Amino acid sequence: MILRAKNIEFYYDSNQKFQIPDISLDAGDQMLVIGKSGSGKTTILNIIAGLLKPKSGTVTIDGTDIYSLKGSQLDKFRGKNIGIIFQKPHILAPLTVEENLQLANFFVKENTQMIEPLLKELGIFDKKKARINTLSEGEAQRVSIARALVNKPKLILADEPTASLDEENAAAVVRLLQTQAKKYNAALIIVTHDQRVKDHIPNQIIIGGQL
Amino acid sequence: MNMIKLSWKYLIAKPLSTGLNILLLGLGLAIITVLILIQDQFENKMTKDAEGIDLVVGAKGSPLQLILSSVYHIDFPTGNIDLKDAMALSKNRLVKNIIPLGLGDNYQGYRIVGTNHDYLTLYSATFSQGNAWEKPFEVVLGHEVAEKIGLKTGDTFIGSHGIGSSSHEHDAHPYDITGVLEPMGNVLDKLILTSIESVWYTHDEEHNHATHEAPIAKKGFPITDQDREVTSLLIQYRNPIAAVQLPRFINSKSALQAASPSFEISRLFELLGIGVKLIQGLAIVIIIIAGLGIFIALFNSLKERKYDLAVMRTLGASSWQLFLHIVLEGVILTILGAVVGIAIGHLFLVILVMQNDQGAISSLSAAVFLKEELWILGYAVIVGILASLIPAWNAYQTDIAKQLTKA
Repeated sequence: MILRAKNIEFYYDSNQKFQIPDISLDAGDQMLVIGKSGSGKTTILNIIAGLLKPKSGTVTIDGTDIYSLKGSQLDKFRGKNIGIIFQKPHILAPLTVEENLQLANFFVKENTQMIEPLLKELGIFDKKKARINTLSEGEAQRVSIARALVNKPKLILADEPTASLDEENAAAVVRLLQTQAKKYNAALIIVTHDQRVKDHIPNQIIIGGQL
Repeated sequence: MNMIKLSWKYLIAKPLSTGLNILLLGLGLAIITVLILIQDQFENKMTKDAEGIDLVVGAKGSPLQLILSSVYHIDFPTGNIDLKDAMALSKNRLVKNIIPLGLGDNYQGYRIVGTNHDYLTLYSATFSQGNAWEKPFEVVLGHEVAEKIGLKTGDTFIGSHGIGSSSHEHDAHPYDITGVLEPMGNVLDKLILTSIESVWYTHDEEHNHATHEAPIAKKGFPITDQDREVTSLLIQYRNPIAAVQLPRFINSKSALQAASPSFEISRLFELLGIGVKLIQGLAIVIIIIAGLGIFIALFNSLKERKYDLAVMRTLGASSWQLFLHIVLEGVILTILGAVVGIAIGHLFLVILVMQNDQGAISSLSAAVFLKEELWILGYAVIVGILASLIPAWNAYQTDIAKQLTKA
């Protein structure tokens, strides 16, 4: 079992609790979390990523209860085991593509030797010295995927990865995430309200009612 | 990748803001550098030039002026004193040695100083060419004088009346150069030395060839039956009691005044000190403004960078690493500012020395690095840390989940 989220409860206001189902995923499993905007699906993602402590319940990743980790331990654990892809690529602009990936390696104090193979695989190897402002939207999104994968995470979380992409790119990104997750035997969760993604992954949970 | 490189990348992503902050801090620190360099070298030079001179005696006037003109050769003399008074003083049992000086002429702005061979001994002068003067109108050049006016042993020149700017030339008697001194690193480098007799005979109306060929006095005073004058006397005490009794004794005599170089120089530094303090204050204000500039730059950039910081956290950076990231930016900025400041300070001094090839400033050197300049680096680091503390604390407290959802 790679991920188990049990009895998670979270609210900003106790009258408006988020309904969060239990989730458990094995290595290589893929899941879609579908919900309207404001339904709390990003909140779920943040809780699973160790970014937002739930009011109660446990999140266990690869046997570690992540909210029992203290401060920087949790940061290091997250950097090592969880790859996060955001709606916008959020590449650090002062750094080149390659340096963005090196930074991810640096923060977990590991050299995974993954930078070159990943960039080649995602078709952006020739952009490795490029800066973010010279990349297209699709390329930038691929860089952010490469950065999320460079530390060989056991769990990949993607928050609306297709929202700002056109039809063709959206499908390509989802396929890319799926193949990469398979290849490194990582569990994959995609959070989205994008109807176009629905057909790609059969394992789905729906938050806050039907779309 | 490491923390320093990461901070550096963020700095060079904004070259204008980074450059201006470095420059502003650099200017503030440059002023401090120049002050430190000038103060240190002036004090060094001034103590060195006055070494071995316990008391200066000359005509009544400002004691500081007497010291400046007779020891450092930068001000005008207070006037002349009677040779008889001077010789009477040399018989005093408290006086160990007495060196007479006769001033009043120059050659191309370099002062011609009439004295005896004791003056050379006082500064342990050594010759790079030739020997000391033996006859009237024989002169020895200081190293810098020889170099600047391009004369050597065997050459002759005609002195001009007055100190600094010349009024008329003494064309009746050219001076013969018999020697050139080694570079001494003191006041001798800028002087033309000769005998007291030379100075006297230059100003005489009639020419007496017999006396002009007679040997000069190498020690003590020249022997003469005429009424002659000297400008001032450099005195060494025989014992510590002299320091108490001799100045009082001399000052009570109406025609003479005695001044102690060490006392007058510390008084001079006290007077200059007010000006130095003012400039120091100005420099500190500039440094504070530079610190504020760095603070504002970091604080503003933080607004745009909150997202970057949150992304770094998701990549495994701890809160402390983000704190360090911002502090490092401030410290790198200020270290560069210090390096630029020290460089500008030295460059400024080079230009200053180039533009003043005579006088007090020309003896300064820009190629001197002092321990105190390391302190500048230290101060700069402190400014960097102080300026980045609040922005760094903000970075430390970045709420990742909130930041990431906000976009």
